[in-house]
Amino acid sequence: MDASSPIACRVRIWLLIPLVALIGAACTPGGTITQPSAPPAPSTGVTEKGPVTLTVWDQESGPVSKVWDRLNAEFERKYPNVTIKRVNRDFGELKTLLKLAISGPHAPDVVEANQGWPDMGQLVKAGLLLPLDNFAKAYGWDKRVPENVLAVSSWTPNGKQFGTGRLYGYTTMGEILGVYYNKKMLADLGLTVPATFGAFQQDLAAAKQAGQIPIQFGNNDAFPGIHEFAIIQDQMASKENLTNFILGRQGNQLSFDTPQNVQAAATLQDWVKKGYFTPGFGGGGYDAAVANFAKGHGLFMITGNWIVANLGAGNRNFGFFPMPPMSAGAPPVSTGGAGFPLAITSASKHPDVAAAYIDWMTSDHASDLLLQAGEIPLHTGASTSAVEPGTVLAEVVNAAARVAKANGVVPYEDWATPTFYDTLTAAIQELMGMKISPQQFVAQGEKDYSGFQSSRS
Amino acid sequence: MDAEPVPEVPSRAVVVGGRRRPESLPGAARRIGYLYVAPAFILYAAFNLFPLAQGVNVSLYNWDGITPGTWVGLGNYAAFFTDPAIREGYVHVLILMFFYSFMPIVIGLFLAALLSRIRIRGLTFYRMLLFLPLVITDVVTALAWTWVYDVNGPLNTVLKAVGLGHFIPAAGWLGDFNTALPAVGVFGMWGEFGFCLILLVAGVMKIPASLYEAAWVDGAGAVREFFAVTLPGLRYELQVVLVLSVIGTLGTFDEIYVMTSGGPGTATSVPAYLVWRRLFQTGQVGSAAALGIMLMLIVFVVTYGLNRLMERGAQE
Repeated sequence: MDASSPIACRVRIWLLIPLVALIGAACTPGGTITQPSAPPAPSTGVTEKGPVTLTVWDQESGPVSKVWDRLNAEFERKYPNVTIKRVNRDFGELKTLLKLAISGPHAPDVVEANQGWPDMGQLVKAGLLLPLDNFAKAYGWDKRVPENVLAVSSWTPNGKQFGTGRLYGYTTMGEILGVYYNKKMLADLGLTVPATFGAFQQDLAAAKQAGQIPIQFGNNDAFPGIHEFAIIQDQMASKENLTNFILGRQGNQLSFDTPQNVQAAATLQDWVKKGYFTPGFGGGGYDAAVANFAKGHGLFMITGNWIVANLGAGNRNFGFFPMPPMSAGAPPVSTGGAGFPLAITSASKHPDVAAAYIDWMTSDHASDLLLQAGEIPLHTGASTSAVEPGTVLAEVVNAAARVAKANGVVPYEDWATPTFYDTLTAAIQELMGMKISPQQFVAQGEKDYSGFQSSRS
Repeated sequence: MDAEPVPEVPSRAVVVGGRRRPESLPGAARRIGYLYVAPAFILYAAFNLFPLAQGVNVSLYNWDGITPGTWVGLGNYAAFFTDPAIREGYVHVLILMFFYSFMPIVIGLFLAALLSRIRIRGLTFYRMLLFLPLVITDVVTALAWTWVYDVNGPLNTVLKAVGLGHFIPAAGWLGDFNTALPAVGVFGMWGEFGFCLILLVAGVMKIPASLYEAAWVDGAGAVREFFAVTLPGLRYELQVVLVLSVIGTLGTFDEIYVMTSGGPGTATSVPAYLVWRRLFQTGQVGSAAALGIMLMLIVFVVTYGLNRLMERGAQE
């Protein structure tokens, strides 16, 4: 048999592969960057007369999503020549697709972008978002919200400095971490809302003594652990250092390996040792923990304002307080801050209309509606009179207002580096699983942090 | 050679020494063949080879996905040998292979051997039952198993009921650093097992009854019969099952994503999960591409090696 030809043929096919490789690749991925310049000082409102279609990408769900539909419809009525094309994705999907969408040929006009290095930081660095400073001045956005709300959406145009430079996103709605408590159980145990961190720990011991679950918790999803750690850390480390650390303002000058962080990690481990968390929390899911807490299992639950919707905004069985400070009467500090900011893409053909839309979505009217859906307004003069006193929503809103007034909001720590979420979630699981010591824990965080900080310079 | 008219292929023959002999044998390459494979090849090139080439290219850069990448040469591949996270992922995959590949095959062989001696009524029904896990989407079954492993889930309820409560890890099956990976493995075993059994049982049915009769006449016992008749008769089925389950294990992703997110800590992190994490979550696109290509090469080498091994075994 003539065996040579099939082999020769196979060889030739193999040769085709590098050929295809040469055609397909051999160029630097990512292309070139052109930094957009800020548009000239604009007039407010929609001045364009012709038909305008504004494409908006967001990640809202549940009651908030319904509010968005209503606000969009109202905006279209206000400016009949504008059509809003809303593209709704879930958080994970948005995170994955946004970069591709904005850098593609049919980029949306307005997007809800997550803050921090991995998301907004990269978009800014790639020149895909428009600086909003002139709009902010024209509409007075910069005077409506606390400075730290603007800071977490601010970047230098080269994307190298976080928390300073130009404004790339704007929101008036916020998030806050805190402690939910079961009112009846607290009263039955003969306890009151603690005024100090020490008193809080005594409450935990009392609940454990009485055979209750002191803190309802499930960490199989990995992210809840960050919040348990952060809320302790907020009381032990200085909020200025924490904020500067997270925003990377002083580069390698700040470290994760601090005595305060070791102390916070040791406290968290101590709580695990004393059995203050739900038994088997390592394998328990977050949603299940929320459901169990709502059913009355557990005295406290440490998480964010977003579970108000799960408990029911009008629920009167649960209360909420910011984690109390070390010394009584000290101003409250808690992790939280701005919700997802709205940003304008540099590919947008109608930045003026997009800005008018953002102004509409952050108006008092919008925040009144969003508040009823469980979101927390951060802007000055926000009216919370529509909130029924004594409900869990009222307690969350009051706590958030107290922390905001004391300027005590610390950004989420997982924004600190592109990989910090992964590093921190894994390290906290190991810490709470007694696999590593508090010293090893801070060393793992510091390794990630210093590596990233030195790569920036 | 000139372009060839299409219909003449079968009739081409020359007379050599009075005997008609085809110039090219059936199955030998002819240029016209390229035309036949062109449609498939163009699609394959556009959707497989081209992205693969792009992946190779990306893997040579330090790239976040949007801003221009920086050339790092083989740096991302070097990390393959130095990055403990990657090494750990492959160790986990090796452990999972015990559950996804070895155990299902052993159990499958045992049951197949059993079925070669006794006939069970309603076999089709049982087969369907065992095959069911493969029909349902992994994500659904993984979610269900998360519930099975839950602190208050059925597994713990049963263990407590029979007095084995002290075996339950304090952090829960999926939360404990020592039990999380085996727990995922048992889930995989449950899913993989039906597939092995179906193929192996079908293989056993195919072995001529005369061989078993001969073994019986020669006075072979159950064990002897298994090694002399059943196992050699199942060679090809074993090859398929082994290759597919090993490749499947190397690509494990769904159950890790659903059941543990790679946790606790990094106790259940596997290569495919790392690829996803780095690609979509942490903006390490170059590293993710390098990991993906290494994974592809490993799958290729392992498949090739297994096939060679089995074929050599067959020739002996």
